[in-house]
Amino acid sequence: MSAIILFSAVSLAQLMLAAAMAIASVRMFRGPRAQDRIIGLDTLYINAMLLLVTFGIGTGRVIYFEAALVMGMLGFVATVALAKFLMRGEVIE
Amino acid sequence: MMQSAADMPVWAAIAVAFFLLVGSGLALIGAIGFLRLPTFYERIHAPTLGTSWGIGGIMLASMIFFTVSSGRLVFHEILIGIFVTVTTPITFMLLARAALHRDRAEGNGNVPDKPNRSQPAREFLGESDPRRG
Amino acid sequence: MMLPYPLLTLSLVLMWLLLNGFTPGHLVLGILVAVFASWAMASLRPDKPQLGKWYLLPKLFGIVLYDIVKSNIAVALIILKAGRRSHNPGFLTVELDIENHTAIAVLAVVLTSTPGSAWLEYDSNDKTVLLHILDLDNEAEWRNTIKNRYEKLLMEIFA
Repeated sequence: MSAIILFSAVSLAQLMLAAAMAIASVRMFRGPRAQDRIIGLDTLYINAMLLLVTFGIGTGRVIYFEAALVMGMLGFVATVALAKFLMRGEVIE
Repeated sequence: MMQSAADMPVWAAIAVAFFLLVGSGLALIGAIGFLRLPTFYERIHAPTLGTSWGIGGIMLASMIFFTVSSGRLVFHEILIGIFVTVTTPITFMLLARAALHRDRAEGNGNVPDKPNRSQPAREFLGESDPRRG
Repeated sequence: MMLPYPLLTLSLVLMWLLLNGFTPGHLVLGILVAVFASWAMASLRPDKPQLGKWYLLPKLFGIVLYDIVKSNIAVALIILKAGRRSHNPGFLTVELDIENHTAIAVLAVVLTSTPGSAWLEYDSNDKTVLLHILDLDNEAEWRNTIKNRYEKLLMEIFA
Protein backbone atom coordinates (compact mmCIF):
# COMPACT_ATOMS: atom_id res chain seq x y z
CA MET A 1 0.00 0.00 0.00
CA SER A 2 2.57 2.56 1.05
CA ALA A 3 4.85 1.48 -1.79
CA ILE A 4 2.11 2.35 -4.29
CA ILE A 5 1.48 5.75 -2.68
CA LEU A 6 5.19 6.56 -2.65
CA PHE A 7 5.81 5.33 -6.18
CA SER A 8 2.97 7.36 -7.69
CA ALA A 9 3.86 10.48 -5.68
CA VAL A 10 7.52 10.29 -6.68
CA SER A 11 6.64 9.74 -10.36
CA LEU A 12 4.18 12.63 -10.36
CA ALA A 13 6.67 14.93 -8.62
CA GLN A 14 9.36 14.01 -11.15
CA LEU A 15 6.99 14.74 -14.02
CA MET A 16 6.12 18.15 -12.57
CA LEU A 17 9.76 19.05 -11.98
CA ALA A 18 10.69 17.95 -15.51
CA ALA A 19 7.88 20.15 -16.86
CA ALA A 20 9.20 23.05 -14.75
CA MET A 21 12.67 22.51 -16.23
CA ALA A 22 11.25 22.48 -19.76
CA ILE A 23 9.35 25.74 -19.12
CA ALA A 24 12.42 27.40 -17.63
CA SER A 25 14.47 26.44 -20.68
CA VAL A 26 11.76 27.87 -22.96
CA ARG A 27 12.20 31.22 -21.20
CA MET A 28 15.97 30.78 -21.40
CA PHE A 29 15.82 30.45 -25.19
CA ARG A 30 13.18 33.13 -25.72
CA GLY A 31 14.90 35.79 -23.65
CA PRO A 32 14.17 38.61 -24.50
CA ARG A 33 17.13 40.03 -22.59
CA ALA A 34 20.26 38.58 -21.00
CA GLN A 35 18.93 38.90 -17.44
CA ASP A 36 15.87 36.79 -18.35
CA ARG A 37 18.13 34.07 -19.70
CA ILE A 38 20.25 34.08 -16.55
CA ILE A 39 17.21 33.75 -14.28
CA GLY A 40 16.02 30.96 -16.59
CA LEU A 41 19.33 29.16 -16.03
CA ASP A 42 18.99 29.71 -12.28
CA THR A 43 15.47 28.24 -12.23
CA LEU A 44 16.63 25.37 -14.42
CA TYR A 45 19.43 24.26 -12.10
CA ILE A 46 17.34 24.66 -8.94
CA ASN A 47 14.64 22.43 -10.44
CA ALA A 48 17.31 19.94 -11.52
CA MET A 49 18.58 19.92 -7.93
CA LEU A 50 15.07 19.18 -6.66
CA LEU A 51 14.75 16.42 -9.26
CA LEU A 52 17.93 14.81 -7.90
CA VAL A 53 16.49 14.85 -4.37
CA THR A 54 13.32 13.13 -5.62
CA PHE A 55 15.53 10.51 -7.35
CA GLY A 56 17.09 9.96 -3.92
CA ILE A 57 13.64 9.36 -2.38
CA GLY A 58 12.71 7.02 -5.26
CA THR A 59 15.79 4.82 -4.99
CA GLY A 60 16.39 5.15 -1.26
CA ARG A 61 20.05 6.10 -1.74
CA VAL A 62 21.74 8.97 0.07
CA ILE A 63 24.34 9.63 -2.66
CA TYR A 64 21.90 11.83 -4.62
CA PHE A 65 21.85 14.28 -1.73
CA GLU A 66 25.54 15.02 -2.14
CA ALA A 67 25.14 15.48 -5.89
CA ALA A 68 22.32 17.95 -5.21
CA LEU A 69 24.44 19.89 -2.71
CA VAL A 70 27.33 20.21 -5.17
CA MET A 71 24.92 21.26 -7.91
CA GLY A 72 23.45 24.00 -5.72
CA MET A 73 26.88 25.39 -4.86
CA LEU A 74 28.19 25.40 -8.44
CA GLY A 75 24.95 26.90 -9.75
CA PHE A 76 25.10 29.71 -7.20
CA VAL A 77 28.67 30.61 -8.14
CA ALA A 78 27.80 30.50 -11.87
CA THR A 79 24.78 32.78 -11.49
CA VAL A 80 26.69 35.29 -9.36
CA ALA A 81 29.51 35.38 -11.92
CA LEU A 82 27.05 35.93 -14.78
CA ALA A 83 25.27 38.71 -12.88
CA LYS A 84 28.59 40.41 -12.17
CA PHE A 85 29.44 40.15 -15.86
CA LEU A 86 26.17 41.82 -16.81
CA MET A 87 26.87 44.63 -14.39
CA ARG A 88 30.49 45.31 -15.32
CA GLY A 89 31.30 43.63 -18.61
CA GLU A 90 28.80 44.88 -21.10
CA VAL A 91 27.55 48.31 -20.13
CA ILE A 92 30.02 51.14 -20.53
CA GLU A 93 30.20 53.14 -17.32
CA MET B 1 13.54 -0.03 -6.36
CA MET B 2 11.45 0.66 -3.26
CA GLN B 3 12.40 -2.37 -1.17
CA SER B 4 12.54 -0.29 1.99
CA ALA B 5 9.36 1.57 1.07
CA ALA B 6 7.13 -1.50 1.27
CA ASP B 7 7.40 -1.88 5.06
CA MET B 8 6.89 1.82 5.70
CA PRO B 9 3.78 2.83 7.69
CA VAL B 10 1.01 4.32 5.57
CA TRP B 11 0.87 7.63 7.46
CA ALA B 12 4.55 8.25 6.70
CA ALA B 13 4.03 7.43 3.02
CA ILE B 14 1.09 9.84 2.88
CA ALA B 15 3.12 12.60 4.58
CA VAL B 16 6.05 12.08 2.20
CA ALA B 17 3.71 12.10 -0.82
CA PHE B 18 1.94 15.25 0.42
CA PHE B 19 5.14 17.27 0.91
CA LEU B 20 6.62 16.01 -2.38
CA LEU B 21 3.56 17.07 -4.34
CA VAL B 22 3.31 20.46 -2.58
CA GLY B 23 6.99 21.15 -3.24
CA SER B 24 7.07 20.11 -6.88
CA GLY B 25 3.70 21.76 -7.53
CA LEU B 26 5.03 25.07 -6.21
CA ALA B 27 8.16 24.69 -8.35
CA LEU B 28 5.96 24.09 -11.41
CA ILE B 29 3.70 27.07 -10.64
CA GLY B 30 6.81 29.21 -10.21
CA ALA B 31 8.10 28.12 -13.61
CA ILE B 32 4.71 28.80 -15.24
CA GLY B 33 4.63 32.28 -13.73
CA PHE B 34 8.18 32.82 -14.89
CA LEU B 35 7.01 32.12 -18.44
CA ARG B 36 3.77 34.09 -18.32
CA LEU B 37 4.45 37.32 -16.45
CA PRO B 38 5.06 40.21 -18.85
CA THR B 39 8.04 42.20 -17.49
CA PHE B 40 11.41 41.24 -16.02
CA TYR B 41 10.75 42.76 -12.60
CA GLU B 42 7.53 40.76 -12.28
CA ARG B 43 9.19 37.58 -13.49
CA ILE B 44 11.81 37.81 -10.75
CA HIS B 45 9.09 37.02 -8.17
CA ALA B 46 7.98 33.74 -9.70
CA PRO B 47 11.03 31.48 -9.13
CA THR B 48 11.07 32.40 -5.41
CA LEU B 49 8.02 30.14 -5.09
CA GLY B 50 10.25 27.22 -6.01
CA THR B 51 13.15 28.38 -3.86
CA SER B 52 11.12 28.97 -0.68
CA TRP B 53 8.47 26.32 -0.09
CA GLY B 54 9.24 24.33 -3.23
CA ILE B 55 12.59 23.39 -1.76
CA GLY B 56 11.16 23.32 1.76
CA GLY B 57 8.48 20.78 0.83
CA ILE B 58 10.82 18.42 -0.98
CA MET B 59 13.44 18.65 1.81
CA LEU B 60 10.75 17.82 4.40
CA ALA B 61 9.60 14.85 2.30
CA SER B 62 13.17 13.57 2.00
CA MET B 63 13.80 14.04 5.73
CA ILE B 64 10.63 12.15 6.69
CA PHE B 65 11.36 9.37 4.18
CA PHE B 66 14.95 8.68 5.26
CA THR B 67 14.17 9.08 8.98
CA VAL B 68 11.32 6.55 8.84
CA SER B 69 12.97 4.08 6.46
CA SER B 70 16.36 3.98 8.20
CA GLY B 71 14.97 4.18 11.74
CA ARG B 72 17.29 6.99 12.89
CA LEU B 73 17.07 10.76 12.68
CA VAL B 74 18.28 11.98 9.26
CA PHE B 75 18.15 15.70 8.65
CA HIS B 76 21.17 16.60 6.58
CA GLU B 77 18.79 17.79 3.81
CA ILE B 78 18.31 20.90 5.91
CA LEU B 79 21.80 21.96 4.75
CA ILE B 80 20.54 22.32 1.16
CA GLY B 81 17.53 24.24 2.45
CA ILE B 82 19.65 26.68 4.48
CA PHE B 83 22.16 27.07 1.66
CA VAL B 84 19.54 27.84 -0.99
CA THR B 85 17.60 30.17 1.34
CA VAL B 86 20.75 32.21 1.95
CA THR B 87 22.10 32.22 -1.62
CA THR B 88 18.95 32.82 -3.72
CA PRO B 89 18.37 36.37 -2.44
CA ILE B 90 22.00 37.20 -3.29
CA THR B 91 21.70 36.06 -6.90
CA PHE B 92 18.32 37.74 -7.36
CA MET B 93 19.54 41.00 -5.84
CA LEU B 94 22.63 41.04 -8.05
CA LEU B 95 20.57 40.26 -11.16
CA ALA B 96 17.96 42.90 -10.31
CA ARG B 97 20.67 45.49 -9.79
CA ALA B 98 22.30 44.52 -13.10
CA ALA B 99 18.92 44.82 -14.83
CA LEU B 100 18.27 48.23 -13.25
CA HIS B 101 21.72 49.38 -14.29
CA ARG B 102 21.21 48.26 -17.89
CA ASP B 103 17.70 49.73 -18.12
CA ARG B 104 18.92 53.08 -16.78
CA ALA B 105 21.93 53.13 -19.10
CA GLU B 106 19.72 52.46 -22.10
CA GLY B 107 16.94 54.75 -20.94
CA ASN B 108 14.20 52.12 -20.97
CA GLY B 109 11.37 54.20 -19.55
CA ASN B 110 9.83 52.15 -16.82
CA VAL B 111 12.48 52.07 -14.10
CA PRO B 112 12.94 54.66 -11.34
CA ASP B 113 16.07 56.80 -11.39
CA LYS B 114 18.89 56.43 -8.98
CA PRO B 115 17.93 58.17 -5.76
CA ASN B 116 20.16 61.14 -6.47
CA ARG B 117 19.26 64.75 -5.66
CA SER B 118 20.77 66.21 -8.82
CA GLN B 119 18.52 64.26 -11.17
CA PRO B 120 14.88 65.21 -11.61
CA ALA B 121 12.55 62.56 -10.28
CA ARG B 122 10.38 60.71 -12.76
CA GLU B 123 6.70 61.36 -12.70
CA PHE B 124 5.46 58.15 -11.14
CA LEU B 125 8.07 58.28 -8.40
CA GLY B 126 6.57 61.60 -7.43
CA GLU B 127 3.21 59.89 -7.18
CA SER B 128 4.41 57.02 -5.10
CA ASP B 129 6.46 59.14 -2.70
CA PRO B 130 5.23 62.66 -1.91
CA ARG B 131 8.56 63.75 -0.39
CA ARG B 132 10.29 63.45 -3.72
CA GLY B 133 8.02 65.88 -5.56
CA MET C 1 41.03 35.11 22.66
CA MET C 2 40.40 31.45 21.92
CA LEU C 3 37.17 31.68 19.94
CA PRO C 4 36.52 34.94 18.12
CA TYR C 5 33.20 33.81 16.63
CA PRO C 6 31.52 31.25 18.92
CA LEU C 7 28.30 31.04 16.87
CA LEU C 8 30.18 30.51 13.61
CA THR C 9 32.36 27.83 15.21
CA LEU C 10 29.33 26.01 16.62
CA SER C 11 27.46 26.03 13.32
CA LEU C 12 30.54 24.80 11.44
CA VAL C 13 30.86 21.86 13.87
CA LEU C 14 27.15 21.09 13.41
CA MET C 15 27.50 21.22 9.62
CA TRP C 16 30.54 18.91 9.71
CA LEU C 17 28.62 16.38 11.81
CA LEU C 18 25.54 16.58 9.57
CA LEU C 19 27.64 15.89 6.48
CA ASN C 20 29.80 13.10 7.92
CA GLY C 21 27.56 11.44 10.49
CA PHE C 22 28.09 11.57 14.25
CA THR C 23 31.16 9.68 15.47
CA PRO C 24 33.62 10.78 18.21
CA GLY C 25 36.43 10.99 15.64
CA HIS C 26 34.47 13.29 13.39
CA LEU C 27 33.47 15.41 16.41
CA VAL C 28 37.16 16.04 17.22
CA LEU C 29 38.06 16.66 13.56
CA GLY C 30 35.08 18.98 13.09
CA ILE C 31 35.98 21.02 16.18
CA LEU C 32 39.57 21.36 14.91
CA VAL C 33 38.43 22.50 11.45
CA ALA C 34 35.87 24.91 12.89
CA VAL C 35 38.35 26.54 15.30
CA PHE C 36 40.91 27.06 12.55
CA ALA C 37 38.22 28.39 10.20
CA SER C 38 37.03 30.90 12.82
CA TRP C 39 40.62 32.10 13.32
CA ALA C 40 40.90 32.60 9.55
CA MET C 41 37.61 34.51 9.66
CA ALA C 42 38.91 36.73 12.49
CA SER C 43 41.93 37.73 10.45
CA LEU C 44 39.69 38.56 7.49
CA ARG C 45 37.09 40.76 9.11
CA PRO C 46 37.68 42.41 12.47
CA ASP C 47 34.24 44.00 13.03
CA LYS C 48 31.80 41.72 14.70
CA PRO C 49 28.00 41.85 14.52
CA GLN C 50 26.54 43.01 17.81
CA LEU C 51 23.71 40.85 19.03
CA GLY C 52 21.27 42.53 21.39
CA LYS C 53 18.19 40.56 22.30
CA TRP C 54 19.23 37.38 20.51
CA TYR C 55 16.42 35.41 22.15
CA LEU C 56 13.99 37.21 19.80
CA LEU C 57 15.52 35.38 16.80
CA PRO C 58 13.09 32.41 16.98
CA LYS C 59 10.20 34.91 16.99
CA LEU C 60 11.56 36.52 13.80
CA PHE C 61 12.02 33.08 12.28
CA GLY C 62 8.41 32.12 13.06
CA ILE C 63 7.02 35.39 11.67
CA VAL C 64 9.04 35.03 8.47
CA LEU C 65 8.01 31.39 8.00
CA TYR C 66 4.34 32.31 8.41
CA ASP C 67 4.65 35.25 5.99
CA ILE C 68 6.40 33.09 3.40
CA VAL C 69 3.58 30.53 3.53
CA LYS C 70 0.99 33.31 3.19
CA SER C 71 2.69 35.05 0.28
CA ASN C 72 3.40 31.72 -1.46
CA ILE C 73 -0.35 31.15 -1.61
CA ALA C 74 -1.02 34.74 -2.73
CA VAL C 75 1.58 34.66 -5.53
CA ALA C 76 0.49 31.19 -6.70
CA LEU C 77 -3.08 32.50 -7.00
CA ILE C 78 -1.92 35.55 -8.98
CA ILE C 79 0.02 33.33 -11.40
CA LEU C 80 -2.82 30.84 -11.87
CA LYS C 81 -5.40 33.55 -12.54
CA ALA C 82 -5.51 33.93 -16.29
CA GLY C 83 -6.00 37.68 -16.69
CA ARG C 84 -2.87 39.78 -16.95
CA ARG C 85 -4.50 42.64 -15.09
CA SER C 86 -5.19 40.57 -12.01
CA HIS C 87 -2.39 42.30 -10.13
CA ASN C 88 -0.79 45.70 -9.89
CA PRO C 89 3.03 45.59 -9.90
CA GLY C 90 5.11 48.59 -8.92
CA PHE C 91 8.28 49.99 -7.39
CA LEU C 92 8.32 51.16 -3.79
CA THR C 93 10.91 53.31 -1.99
CA VAL C 94 11.13 52.86 1.77
CA GLU C 95 13.23 54.86 4.25
CA LEU C 96 15.03 52.63 6.72
CA ASP C 97 16.13 53.46 10.25
CA ILE C 98 18.46 50.52 10.85
CA GLU C 99 22.13 51.06 10.07
CA ASN C 100 23.67 47.81 11.25
CA HIS C 101 25.03 45.99 8.19
CA THR C 102 24.07 42.54 9.44
CA ALA C 103 20.53 43.69 10.18
CA ILE C 104 20.17 45.18 6.69
CA ALA C 105 21.48 41.94 5.17
CA VAL C 106 18.96 39.91 7.17
CA LEU C 107 16.15 42.25 6.09
CA ALA C 108 17.22 41.89 2.44
CA VAL C 109 17.24 38.09 2.69
CA VAL C 110 13.81 38.09 4.36
CA LEU C 111 12.22 40.42 1.78
CA THR C 112 13.70 38.68 -1.24
CA SER C 113 12.95 35.15 -0.14
CA THR C 114 9.34 36.12 0.46
CA PRO C 115 7.60 35.72 -2.91
CA GLY C 116 5.92 38.92 -4.02
CA SER C 117 8.58 41.35 -2.86
CA ALA C 118 12.11 41.77 -4.19
CA TRP C 119 14.94 43.94 -2.84
CA LEU C 120 16.50 45.89 -5.73
CA GLU C 121 19.04 48.28 -4.26
CA TYR C 122 20.01 50.02 -1.04
CA ASP C 123 21.33 53.56 -1.03
CA SER C 124 23.56 54.16 1.98
CA ASN C 125 23.55 57.96 1.51
CA ASP C 126 19.79 58.38 1.71
CA LYS C 127 19.23 55.22 3.74
CA THR C 128 16.46 54.27 1.35
CA VAL C 129 15.77 50.96 -0.29
CA LEU C 130 14.13 50.37 -3.64
CA LEU C 131 11.77 47.39 -3.68
CA HIS C 132 9.67 45.82 -6.39
CA ILE C 133 6.28 44.54 -5.26
CA LEU C 134 4.25 42.13 -7.38
CA ASP C 135 0.88 43.23 -6.02
CA LEU C 136 1.07 46.84 -4.88
CA ASP C 137 -2.62 47.36 -4.14
CA ASN C 138 -2.14 48.64 -0.63
CA GLU C 139 1.06 50.63 -0.44
CA ALA C 140 0.59 51.81 3.14
CA GLU C 141 0.18 48.25 4.31
CA TRP C 142 3.47 47.18 2.69
CA ARG C 143 5.29 50.10 4.32
CA ASN C 144 3.69 49.21 7.64
CA THR C 145 4.72 45.55 7.31
CA ILE C 146 8.33 46.42 6.56
CA LYS C 147 8.69 49.15 9.17
CA ASN C 148 6.75 47.68 12.06
CA ARG C 149 6.77 43.95 11.51
CA TYR C 150 10.40 43.36 10.48
CA GLU C 151 12.46 46.47 11.13
CA LYS C 152 11.43 46.99 14.76
CA LEU C 153 12.22 43.39 15.62
CA LEU C 154 15.56 43.54 13.78
CA MET C 155 16.51 46.72 15.66
CA GLU C 156 15.89 44.92 18.94
CA ILE C 157 17.85 41.84 17.87
CA PHE C 158 20.88 43.74 16.52
CA ALA C 159 21.18 46.36 19.23
